[in-house]
Amino acid sequence: MSPSSFRLFRFAAPARFYALAGALIPWCWAAFAVLAAIGLWMGFFVAPTDATQGDAYRIIFIHVPAAWMSMLLYLVMAFWAAIGWAFNARLASMTARAIAPTGALFTFLALWTGALWGKPTWGTWWVWDARLTSELILLFLYAGFLSLVSAIDDPRRADRAGALLAVVGSINVPIIYFSVKWWNTLHQGATVSVAAAPKMASTMLTAMLLMSLAFWAYAFAVVFTRARAIVLERDRHAGWTREAAHLATPRSGSPGMQT
Amino acid sequence: MIWNSASDFFAMGGYGLYVWGAYAVTLACMAVEPVLALRRHRAARRALAGEGDAR
Repeated sequence: MSPSSFRLFRFAAPARFYALAGALIPWCWAAFAVLAAIGLWMGFFVAPTDATQGDAYRIIFIHVPAAWMSMLLYLVMAFWAAIGWAFNARLASMTARAIAPTGALFTFLALWTGALWGKPTWGTWWVWDARLTSELILLFLYAGFLSLVSAIDDPRRADRAGALLAVVGSINVPIIYFSVKWWNTLHQGATVSVAAAPKMASTMLTAMLLMSLAFWAYAFAVVFTRARAIVLERDRHAGWTREAAHLATPRSGSPGMQT
Repeated sequence: MIWNSASDFFAMGGYGLYVWGAYAVTLACMAVEPVLALRRHRAARRALAGEGDAR
């Protein structure tokens, strides 16, 4: 492969990703709006009041989706960070960096909504039990990843250091997930499991799943936006970014479009 | 219908402060984060456009 075609190949991936993500973002927002509207309507106007917890349980419609996203996004972040490290794929490392702040946000929201749910049902905002503590550690792992990659000047070295932290830290995710089984915790067991029938009214479950999908769409929209910013920041010496900066934001509807 | 009135809805059976406290902070975070991401993207584009003009 000649040096010039190698260069083209190297920059083709971020350039195409930039255009594709730009085209997908409006659709992600549309999906988020529709799913959140239906989910919230079901959660507040269709799902009945809980027999034991009263209306305090309605925090579940954001608490469980936020907690799921916090764990899922960590695994996705660690996956792309590892790919970026193992195959020297810059775009994968940039994706990992784009995911981290959103994952941290959902971790914070899981803890915050959990505290506001714990107070009326358990009588305490916080306990140092296995589920809550491991979720707090997840927040520290996100914070550690973000500060580590921003502390190292050489972007590729920062990517590799971040990948190491992300991959080692991913051991915490199964600990969070199974903590309610492995230890005797104050936190209740899994609300939804593939192995057992749901322990909640079907309208409650539907509202929770719709909110989960809404959070998923939100995460895609925000991560794509941030990834586009990171691609421009990192590829600023590539010719295509200067062209992209001068052009208007790519119109939606033509995913393959080159900017 | 679960709620008899608007005030009944906002009271959330006595748990209003907890339920709305959770939802308000979630809404605030999910409103601010996209704006910050969008600003970062705009700043990156502006920096590049500026660089291009200077050449």
